[in-house]
Amino acid sequence: MGLLLFGVAKDIAGAALVDLPETVTNVAELKRWLYDHYPAMQQLSSLMIAVNREYAADTQMIHASDEVAVIPPVSGG
Amino acid sequence: METLIAIRDTITVQEALDFIQSPECGGEVIFTGTVRNDTRGRGVTKLFYECYETMALSEMQKIADRVQAQWNIKKLVMLHAIGDKYPGDIAVVIAVASAHRGIAFDACEFTIDTLKETVPIWKKEFFMDGEIGQ
Repeated sequence: MGLLLFGVAKDIAGAALVDLPETVTNVAELKRWLYDHYPAMQQLSSLMIAVNREYAADTQMIHASDEVAVIPPVSGG
Repeated sequence: METLIAIRDTITVQEALDFIQSPECGGEVIFTGTVRNDTRGRGVTKLFYECYETMALSEMQKIADRVQAQWNIKKLVMLHAIGDKYPGDIAVVIAVASAHRGIAFDACEFTIDTLKETVPIWKKEFFMDGEIGQ
């Protein structure tokens, strides 16, 4: 499954798209996986996950067909 | 309410003004956000904006839905620029038209404040000393 990354999260990972292991089944597990693989993400003031282009709670399930993205603190405007 | 929502390399105030023209509206409020030449005393040479476009457009539409539910606004424009932007360039335009000015000011402020909180757009700052900030 692919994971989209944007902004500083993309810079930390060094890629705009990374493979996500199938062991990750919900948003909380994804955040733990990110913090393990990219410790610098722990320094961000917030880290949101979007599932199918909607902000997702930690309990939300992630399925293989979902579009999943890492949303670091936004800074538009 | 009619809306114009877009994310593009180049945006203009004029297209927003043109869109909100309406004989039923007597109050038009325009907010423009432009690139500032410093951040906390450090010189800025340029900003680079990127977005998660499909989600950003969806979040902008949600803001429009909230404006429509809360106020009797006739026209709403939300434009955001992406790519390299230099001091003085326009990064964002919000335009609101209603029968009278009061709610247009309120809706315009709500729109830009919420956009900055929820829409997945990111800027990278390029400083004169060569450093890059997020």
